[in-house]
Parts: sequence; C-alpha cells; structure tokens
Amino acid sequence: MDDLDCKIINQLQGGFPICDRPFKVVATLLEIKENELLQRIEKLLKEGFLSRFGALYHAEKLGGGLTLAALSVPEQAFENVTTIVNSFPEVAHNYKREHELNMWFVIATEKPDRIQDVISEIETQTDLKVYNVPKEVEYYIGLYLEV
Amino acid sequence: MKLDNLDRQIIQATQTGFPLNSKPYHVIAEQLNVTPQEIMLRFQRMLEMGIIRRIGAIPNHYKLGFTANGMSVWNVSDEVVDEYGKKIGELPFVSHCYRRPRHLPIWHFNLFAMVHGKTRKEVEEKIEQIALLLGENDLDHQILYSTKILKKTGLRLID
Repeated sequence: MDDLDCKIINQLQGGFPICDRPFKVVATLLEIKENELLQRIEKLLKEGFLSRFGALYHAEKLGGGLTLAALSVPEQAFENVTTIVNSFPEVAHNYKREHELNMWFVIATEKPDRIQDVISEIETQTDLKVYNVPKEVEYYIGLYLEV
Repeated sequence: MKLDNLDRQIIQATQTGFPLNSKPYHVIAEQLNVTPQEIMLRFQRMLEMGIIRRIGAIPNHYKLGFTANGMSVWNVSDEVVDEYGKKIGELPFVSHCYRRPRHLPIWHFNLFAMVHGKTRKEVEEKIEQIALLLGENDLDHQILYSTKILKKTGLRLID
C-alpha cells in the first residue's frame, strides 16, 4: 500500500457517483487516470485491503431480520460450539470475545421470524442459553475509516 | 415505499460487489436487460430511501492494521441513554453505536459503541473519551476485545 492507495481508500468511502463514468469522476478528483484507479481497486480487493466495492445495503430496510446474540461457552466446549454455531448459514459473523459471554455472533435472515428459529435451534444443539441483544436504537453506523 | 422486482434483481446482482468496469451501471443494465438510465435511477432512489447506506469501498479493518477491535459496552440509565447514544455516535472514532437490551444478572449493559484502533492502548484512550463524555452517567463499562474471528461472511440479503 502506498500513499495513492490510502488516498483512494479514503476517497472511495464517500459517495460513489451515479453516472455514466463514475470511476472517471473519482479519478479526476484524485488526479489520476480512470484506468489506473480501476486497476488499483482491483489490486486492493485482491490483496484484501478492501473487502468489497459496491453498494452497502441496509439489511432491515430490505425486510430481513438481523440481530446480535451471545453465548457463555465453557472453554472445553468452545471448539464444538463454534462448529455448531458456524454451521448455520444465517450466522454471518462470529467472534470470540473476552467476557463471561465469550461468543458473539450476528444472525441475518431473509425473513424476520426466522431469527427466533435459529436461536432456538442453536440452544437445542448446544444446550446453552442464547442471549439475544437485537438493536433497539441505531445512533450511528460508521461509514468512514481514515487510513 | 416498496421494493419491486427490478430493485430485488439489482440487489441480488450487486450484493457481493459492483463490476469493476468504467461503466459499471451499464454492465448491470445489460445483465438485467434494462436501460442504464433505469439502473441509475433505481440506485438514486434506493439511496434516498435508505435501502442503500452508501456506495463505495468497504475497507477491511484488520488488513489495514486496525487490529484492536474493542466492543465497548456501557450501562447508562434508560432516561438518558438516547441523549448520550447520539453524542457518542457522533465521535469520529466510533464506528457503530446502538442501544440493546440488558439480560440481568449476566448482562447489564445497554449501550454498545464499537471502537477500532491499531493498538489496544489507542482503543483505551478513545474509550476514556467516551467515559469523560458520559461522566457520572457511566454507571459501568467494559471493553470486550475480539480475540478471534470465528466466522466472517457477507450478509446474504436476498437469495
């Protein structure tokens, strides 16, 4: 990653234009060629500095279900429980965290009702209580990371 | 406002990313057999409706060196949580800020603020600023660092 890569990442986190040649518009702002910008983005994606380039959709507004849930997993069962939880395609992210509640995962479903089913199935299969903490209010969701 | 079939097709075609082409909207249009103007109109409308949060690059925090990922959780009384949630959400280093339910006795935190940093020290300095902002309204707080990513896939929105 060089300075130009950083500039590109910072610039592209703002609103990408909706027009015939959007990359050309951004390239002009960065004072580079459209082609170079496209190549750089491709490289940043390939090397994993960018996880995605495109539209960031708002899951709940699409009518889907989304929640954060946690488990308190005994250390000796951790691997086993991880396998069970991760086996659900509805589990999108799962993190081990330092707390008595040591496993935190996001459940995303196309139909909101399905959230409760997934939670019940995880409880049955792991014999652990799932603590469901759906968001009640969203104060902010970050759209920008300065690199 | 409801999404129609074309909106759903657009979402399906782009949920994993845009075509890296000088005319990305034209490429999508061609795939879906509609005019580029129609595609651009739909994107504009979905942005205005909030269906799309934004269009652009989604950085990978870890790969970019922001490896300290602290989920800070706070116990703030219900009367003032919304007022402070908004203020905390406005801090430049907070990437997500939500109110969530408590589960007593194991879980008494109702405000979540995600803070990313290159080191834990950096995250802790930022958390200290949140604590200062809350003052005596900070009944208790903790930072839950992630010690391992167990799974990370994109959300599948529409099959």
